[in-house]
Amino acid sequence: MSQDTQEQISAEIAAIAVQAGPDERQPRVDYAPYRSSVLRHPTKDPRHVDPETIERWAPCFSHRDVHPLEADLTIGAHAGINSQVSGEPIGERITVTGRVLDGDGRPVAGQLVEVWQANAAGRYVHKNEQHPAPLDPNFTGVGRCLTDADGGYHFTTIKPGPYPWGNHRNAWRPAHIHFSLFGNQFTERLITQMYFPGDPLFALDPIYQAITDQRARDALLASYDHDMTVPNHSMGYRWDIVLSGRDRTWTEPEEADR
Amino acid sequence: MSHPLPTPGQTIGPFYGQALPYDGDDELVPAGRADAIRLHGDVLDGDGTPIPDAMVEIWQADAAGRVPQAGGSIHRDGWTFTGFGRCSTDATGHYSFSTVLPGATDDGKAPFFAVTVFARGLLDKLLTRIYLPGHEANAADALLSSLPAEEAATLVAVTDAQGLRFDIRLQGERETVFLTHG
Ligand SMILES: [Fe+2]
Repeated sequence: MSQDTQEQISAEIAAIAVQAGPDERQPRVDYAPYRSSVLRHPTKDPRHVDPETIERWAPCFSHRDVHPLEADLTIGAHAGINSQVSGEPIGERITVTGRVLDGDGRPVAGQLVEVWQANAAGRYVHKNEQHPAPLDPNFTGVGRCLTDADGGYHFTTIKPGPYPWGNHRNAWRPAHIHFSLFGNQFTERLITQMYFPGDPLFALDPIYQAITDQRARDALLASYDHDMTVPNHSMGYRWDIVLSGRDRTWTEPEEADR
Repeated sequence: MSHPLPTPGQTIGPFYGQALPYDGDDELVPAGRADAIRLHGDVLDGDGTPIPDAMVEIWQADAAGRVPQAGGSIHRDGWTFTGFGRCSTDATGHYSFSTVLPGATDDGKAPFFAVTVFARGLLDKLLTRIYLPGHEANAADALLSSLPAEEAATLVAVTDAQGLRFDIRLQGERETVFLTHG
């Protein structure tokens, strides 16, 4: 585990932030404050190329692939998959709802959404997990669904806890849910993380801060939605996702462009 | 129509192993079937060290060049070719698919596997292509022909005893050419 201090990491984050451009919509893959990125990012800019036929289509998933109960991570949802899950997980029960849109604002319908997350104590079910927080026998932290005709998705789960990691001394990840998404085209493939509003760890986290533009970072924040809160049951969060196969450098399109 | 702002990517992180891999994810066709080939290689970092926590996905036309539009990639029926596969690298940084060679989707076009790469430490997905070695249409391909020979070579698989070998180098010497689409 690295002995860099949070102060050191925060100073590096700040130094990069002051020279960042205003329209950087994607994380920098070359972002040294996230130490594991140093040897794992391309040094050349991606090569621009027009998509060919196969790239303009996307893999297709169906109800053969995804059972509706897989969207509920709280009910022993994986009943068919994981029979030892039988009771209710510990934690703050939440729903996460939103729409998946493509870069033209069209709904991504009937497409696969996969999620994974830590439990309420900040612990993953994973063989390499080292955080000495309790496992929850009733929570695997894994879900799937297919979007509806309007691009809508809906998960019932519990709010994940923040967790420590080895990037530097006293490094903690803000609470998040990992999302894996497919679009209407293969080039729109996205894996990202959804965060919760007001997390005190945002400023300290080099993964979140690798997105240097605040507006772009804000696109990863769910919003609390009281209309989605179910009385006596669960807190409601809303988060919409926009997939784009376009260039990393995003520019405001001309009105006449469409 | 206004364009909504795209949602940024984030790293896949180290803990996707419970969620994304599934039984048969890397078998687009059953291994050992007469027309099956192995498509495999290492995912390597800037020191040439294999990456044991990377995930590679492929998306391809069938052998006749048709774009599959059937579900069933997660629960395969053993007969329907869905065109999609997923493989997490093993402890030695190796990935391996059982699949078929893609056909040309359009007359005269070079067939290829479309590829995404994810890894712990990699902050956003990477897109690339795996072209078939010695294919007659490669010379006229818009991407391959636009690249210096040594860069184009990073996008073409090498034939080996079981099929095709394709190493993915995230950084450094012979760094794989990654793509963006406008
Ligand atoms: Fe995580």
